[in-house]
Amino acid sequence: MWIYEKKLQYPVRVTKSDIPMAKYLITQYGGPDGELSAAIRYLSQRYTMPTDKSKALLTDIGTEELAHLEIIATMVYQLLKDVPPQQLRRKGLGAQYTQHDHALYPSDANGVPWTAAYIQSTGDPVTDLHEDMAAEQKARTTYDHLISLTDDPGLIDGLRFLREREVVHFQRFGEALNDVQGFMNSKKVF
Amino acid sequence: MDPKQLQMLRELMELEFVATELTLYLDTHPDEEAPLRHYNAVAGELTYKKRVYEAAYGPLFSFGFSPSQYPWQWIKGPWPWEIKY
Repeated sequence: MWIYEKKLQYPVRVTKSDIPMAKYLITQYGGPDGELSAAIRYLSQRYTMPTDKSKALLTDIGTEELAHLEIIATMVYQLLKDVPPQQLRRKGLGAQYTQHDHALYPSDANGVPWTAAYIQSTGDPVTDLHEDMAAEQKARTTYDHLISLTDDPGLIDGLRFLREREVVHFQRFGEALNDVQGFMNSKKVF
Repeated sequence: MDPKQLQMLRELMELEFVATELTLYLDTHPDEEAPLRHYNAVAGELTYKKRVYEAAYGPLFSFGFSPSQYPWQWIKGPWPWEIKY
């Protein structure tokens, strides 16, 4: 069961009209290292985790990723709101407008649609947690790149928050990995 | 959005962020007492402040987690992505 809370996890402020950023930000909505990939990855892997700590952590981080998905969507929505088609075209969003108008659509920065091929769920908890730690680093790197691409202080503030969450999630996944490895080693002692 | 509402919403965001961070920490450190005490204190304050906010500005939750005045208040905007923070 999930409950929607009618608020963002962190306030989104778009202070300048940096329209091309919408095209870049969308990769954190529906790209390989984006928030949708993260949420589906963790919420799929949790069923085959062997310990209560790892089941809880994947549930909770997977849930937080859905809140991050909403933050990214809000940034894109606000950047594109009321921008006329000709201006979108001049700013490199003509293809986006053709297929999606001002709607949100999960794709990467090149318009490639989201696919489950971005994630893995192997049933091996050690393998899955290693994937999760790598995923957090890849998302952190993507946020670094996005921060380098804009000079909007409002957007940078929100992106720094999201970047920091990747660092914290990486740390927690490392602790869950230790827990799972401890559990698996203890099973091998007769 | 009225500045008073926005200020209360920001307070809720801050408090709930503390609760989220402590949740993840406690998932991998369930035997630590100090963060658990902190979590319980924040949970109490958050419950209280959400009720105060909802009484003034309408429900933050549907599905039976919050009551609504007449008419059904859940559908009332602005929705989170429409707010100028």
